[in-house]
Amino acid sequence: MSDTAVSSSAPSRPSRLQLALGKPGFLIGCLIIALSTLLALMPNVFAPYDPNYIDYLAIRQPPSWAHPFGTDSLGRDSFSRVIHAYRVNMQMAILATVFALVIGVVVGALVGYYRGIADMIFGRVVDAIITFPFLVLVIAVVAVLGPGLINMYIAITMVGWVYYARLMRAEIIAQMGNDYSDAGMVMGYSDRRIIFRHLLPNAITPVLIYWMTDMALAILLGSSLGYLGLGAQPPQAEWGVLIAEGRNFITTAWWLSLMPGIAIVLTGLGFSLIGDGLADLLRPRG
Amino acid sequence: MATLQYILKRLTLMIPTFLLVMVIIFLLVRFLPGDPALAIAGDRASDADLAAIRDRLGLNEPAWVQFWLFLTNTVQGDLGTSILMRTEVLDVVFQRLPTTAFLTVYAVGLSVLIAGPMAFVAALNRGRWPDTVIRTVFQVGLSMPVFYIGLVLLTFLAAQLRWFPVGGYGEGFVSHLYHLFLPAFTVALYTSAIILRNLRSAIIEVLDAEYVQFARAKGLPNRVILGRHVLRNALISTVTLLGLSIGNLMSGTLVTETVFAVPGLGRLMLEAIFARDYPLIQGLTLTFAVLVSLVFLLTDLFQSSLDPRMRLS
Repeated sequence: MSDTAVSSSAPSRPSRLQLALGKPGFLIGCLIIALSTLLALMPNVFAPYDPNYIDYLAIRQPPSWAHPFGTDSLGRDSFSRVIHAYRVNMQMAILATVFALVIGVVVGALVGYYRGIADMIFGRVVDAIITFPFLVLVIAVVAVLGPGLINMYIAITMVGWVYYARLMRAEIIAQMGNDYSDAGMVMGYSDRRIIFRHLLPNAITPVLIYWMTDMALAILLGSSLGYLGLGAQPPQAEWGVLIAEGRNFITTAWWLSLMPGIAIVLTGLGFSLIGDGLADLLRPRG
Repeated sequence: MATLQYILKRLTLMIPTFLLVMVIIFLLVRFLPGDPALAIAGDRASDADLAAIRDRLGLNEPAWVQFWLFLTNTVQGDLGTSILMRTEVLDVVFQRLPTTAFLTVYAVGLSVLIAGPMAFVAALNRGRWPDTVIRTVFQVGLSMPVFYIGLVLLTFLAAQLRWFPVGGYGEGFVSHLYHLFLPAFTVALYTSAIILRNLRSAIIEVLDAEYVQFARAKGLPNRVILGRHVLRNALISTVTLLGLSIGNLMSGTLVTETVFAVPGLGRLMLEAIFARDYPLIQGLTLTFAVLVSLVFLLTDLFQSSLDPRMRLS
C-alpha cells in the first residue's frame, strides 16, 4: 500500500523497464527462474550422472567432489536427481496452473459480463469450493482419480480455477464501470469483441500477477503431494519424492532431504519475487 | 438484536452453500471407478454385506434419491462406518478433532506472537534495514513447503538436540503444549509469513491516518497511540485474514500432522486415502468443510462486533 503512495507522489514517471531494473528483488527472481528453466530444459548438460543409474558400490555417500550432494540408498547421484527433478517441478508450475488460468479467465469474464442466474450459481459454487481447505479437496480428488502426476494436475485444476475466475469476475465488473466499455456497446460491437478485445486486456493484470504467485504455490503443493505419496511416483526424480526418500536416513544422510528442499525454496522464491515485482510494476499508477 | 438478525442471515446464506458442498462430496464419491458398495465394504465383503450397503445407500435408486438419502443420513449424523477403524465415522471424527483443533489454535497463537512484534518493528522502521531484513526472511519462509520446515525442525531440534519429542500428542494440557510445540511452530512459521505482510501494511496505513496524526498533535504518548489506535485496527484486519486463511492453515496442519505423526484429522485423512476408506474420506472432507465455514462465521461476527461499519452492509 505504502509503496504506491510513494511512487505516485514522485514528479517524473520513469519507464516500467527502468523501474524493473531498479528492483533487485525482481531481477533476482527473473535470474532464478531463467536458470531454473535452463536446468529444466537441458538437465543432461548440467547433471554429471544418469539420475536413475544405480551403483550398489556407492550407497549413501556423503557429499564429495564426485557426488556434490552425495548418493542415495541405491547409490544414485543425488545432485543429478535434484537437477533432473527441475524438469518435473518446473512443469508443475505451468501444468498445475495454466488450465486453471484459462478456465478461470473465461468463466470469470463471462459471468462478470452477463451476471444474471449464471453469476448467482457461480457465486454459490465459489462459496462451496472455498469452504473446503484447498489441500483437502485436492487430496480427495486425487484419492478418487488415483495418485500420479496427471491426476494431480487434474485435481489442482478442478479446484484452482475458482480463484482465477473470482478475481477475473471482479476485475471485469470494475472495468465495465468505465466509459470505454459503454462506448463499445454504443458502437454496436458484439459481446465477444467487447469482452475479449476490450475488457479482458484491461482486466487481466491482477490475474497474471496472481498466476505468478500461484506458480510458486503449485511447486509447493506439487512437492507436498509428492512427499505424501500422492503426486509424482518413485523412481521419478521429483523434489518432494526425493525428500520423502531421504526422510528415513535424515539423521545419517541429511543431505538427501536437505538439497531438494533448497531447490524448492529457491524456485518458489523466484516465482514469488517476480510476482511481487510485477505487482509493483503493473499496478495502475497516477 | 441487530447481531442476532445478522447471525440468522449468515446462517441462512450457509444453507445453499452447504447443499452444494454435499453435492460436491456426493459426486466425488459417486464418480469412483467401480462399485461404491465394494469400495465401501472392501474386497473381502460377503454378497449379503454388499447387498446391505447397496440398500442403505440406495444404489439401485435413481441418482437424486441416492443424494436425498445421503443428505438425510448426514443431517442425522450418520456418516457411515469406517473400514479402517471399524467404528462410526462420526465417532472417529470426534475422537481426533480435539487434537487438530488444539494444534490449529496453538499454531495461530504462535504465529501472532511471531508476526505481531516483527510487523511493528518493520512498520516503525519502514524502508530502513530492519524492515528489509524482516520482509526478506518472511518472504523466504513463504517459499518453504510446510513438510520441509517440519522435517528440518524434526531433524535438528527433536532427533539431534532432543529438545522436543519426535512425535505423538502426550497426556494433559502441558504435555500437549510440549508435544505439539514443533508441529505448531512449523505451521506458525508459514502462517506468520502470511500475516506479517498484511499486518505491516495495516499498521503503516493506521500510522498515516488522520486520527492518529490528530492523536499525536493532541500530545498523546506513543504508548497510548500504538496501543489504543494502531493495535486495535491492525488486530481487526489480522483476525479477518487469519479467519479467511483457515483453509490454508488446515492444509498446513494436515501435512504437519503427517510429518510429526500427530494423531489428528489430517493424518487420519491420509491414512483413509491410502486405505481407500471412502466413508471416512467422505466424512473427513465434510468435517473440514464444516470447520472452515464455522471459522468464516466466527470471523464475520468478530469483525462486525469490532467494526460497526460491517453491520450496516
